[in-house]
Amino acid sequence: MSLIVAKMGSNSDFETRLGALFTDVFGENAALERFQRLSGGASQETWRIDGSDKSAILRRAPGGVSDARSSAAIGLPAEAGLIQAAERAGVPVPHVLRVLAPSDGLGDGFLMTLIEGETIARPILRDDAFAEARQILASQCGAALADIHSVALDGLPPELQESDGLAQIAQYEEIYRGFDVPRPVFELALQWLKANAPAPLDTVLVHGDFRLGKLMIDATGLAAVLDWELAHLGEPREDIAWLCVNSWRFGQTHNRVGGFGQLDDLLAAYNEKSGLKVSARDIDWWEMLGSLKWGIMCMIMYEAFRTGADPSVERAAIGRRVSETEIDLINLLEAAHA
Amino acid sequence: MHDQPSVSELGQAVKNFIDESAAPNLTGRAAFHARVASNALATVLRDLDQRPDAEAAERARLLAILDGSNEASTGALNRDLSARIQAGDLTAETPGLLSHLKATTLAQVEIDQPRYSGLKTAKD
Repeated sequence: MSLIVAKMGSNSDFETRLGALFTDVFGENAALERFQRLSGGASQETWRIDGSDKSAILRRAPGGVSDARSSAAIGLPAEAGLIQAAERAGVPVPHVLRVLAPSDGLGDGFLMTLIEGETIARPILRDDAFAEARQILASQCGAALADIHSVALDGLPPELQESDGLAQIAQYEEIYRGFDVPRPVFELALQWLKANAPAPLDTVLVHGDFRLGKLMIDATGLAAVLDWELAHLGEPREDIAWLCVNSWRFGQTHNRVGGFGQLDDLLAAYNEKSGLKVSARDIDWWEMLGSLKWGIMCMIMYEAFRTGADPSVERAAIGRRVSETEIDLINLLEAAHA
Repeated sequence: MHDQPSVSELGQAVKNFIDESAAPNLTGRAAFHARVASNALATVLRDLDQRPDAEAAERARLLAILDGSNEASTGALNRDLSARIQAGDLTAETPGLLSHLKATTLAQVEIDQPRYSGLKTAKD
C-alpha cells in the first residue's frame, strides 16, 4: 500500500500526470490550465479539468487508490463500462473519453466529458431557472429509466451483482441485526415486506441510485445520469421507487417523484417505452423497501462515528436522521392498512 | 452541586457561538460542518427538554402492549417488542401496535428533525 501511495506522489506529480493525460486525450495542442476538486462524492474523487477550450471530468479513487472496503460499489473501470453501455442504449450520460491505465500514473478512474447543469436538489426544486425543467422531468426520468432497463445484459462488466428485492431485504436485515440495537419500526417493516413481497419482474440493469444529487439537470431537464457505482442486476421497479422515497423528495412531499413530479407522468413515459405495465401500486412495496434501506444506510454511516473510524460531527448527526425513515415507514404501513 | 449555567444553557451558549461567531468566518467544508454542529446542538437541547416525558409515555404503552413487568428496563421492553414482531406474534394488524410505534416515532422525530416533511404527513 505504501508503495502505491508513494507512486501517486506529490501534488506536482499529480499535475504533471494530469497534464500528460489531457494532452494525450485532446491532442498535442491542448494544454492543461486549471484543475479543481469538486465537492460531493465521499467515496470517489471528482476533478474538473480545463485547458485550451477543452474541459473534462476525472473520476478516480480517493488518492488514486481503490478502497476494497466499499464493497457495494462496482469499481471505476466497471463503472466506465456501464456508462458506455448506457450511452449505446440512448441514456443521457457523459461520454467516457479514457479509462485510466497504469501507465497514466493516476490510479483507478476514468476521464469523461463535462456536462453543465445542477445536481443539488434545493435549487432544482425551487429556482425559477428550473421551472420548465420541473414540468417535464418526471416523464424524462421515466424514459431514461426505460432505456437503462433496456440495456443488453450480456457483455456487461462481470463485477455487477444480482440482487432482487428479497435478496436486498436479507442483506440489509443482516447488517441491521449486526448492530444489535432494536428498532421495532424496522422490525415491523422487515416482516411486512417479507410477507407481502410481489412476484419479481424480469431482471434488468438497475442504476441503483437514481435520484436528485446523482442526476445532472439543466433548464431543459435531464442532461445526464451520473454515479453508476451502485448499479446491479435486479428489478426495474427498484429504480422507479427509489426516486419516490420521501427522503429523496427533499421536503416537497406532495410530488412523489423526486419532489418535482407525479408518478403517473413518469409511469406513462416508462410504460410506453419499456412495454411493461407498471402501476403506481406496484411502486408502494419498493418505496417501503427504499425507506428501510436508507434508514439502515444512515445507521451504517453513524456506525463509522460510533466505532471511531470517522470522528466528524456529520457522521455523528446522521444517526439522528434514522427516525426520519422510521416515520416514513409508519406512514407507508398506515397507508397499506388504511 | 451547582447548575448555573444548566446543561441546556451551556448548550445554548455553544450554539450561539457557532451561529454568531464561528460559522460566519468559515467557508466550504468547515462552514457545512458548523451548520451540522449547530443543528446537532439544537437536537441536544430538544432531547434534554422532551425525552423524559416522551420516554415515560413510551414505557407506559410498552408495558400495556407486552403485559410487561415494571422491573424491566425500557430498553429490555423494546428488545422484547422487536423479538415478538420478528416472531410474527405482533403484526401491523395487532390492535395498538402501529399507534404505539407511531406515537414513539413522532416523539423521536420531534426531537431529532422537527422540520422533516414526513412528520407533517404523519400528523395530518
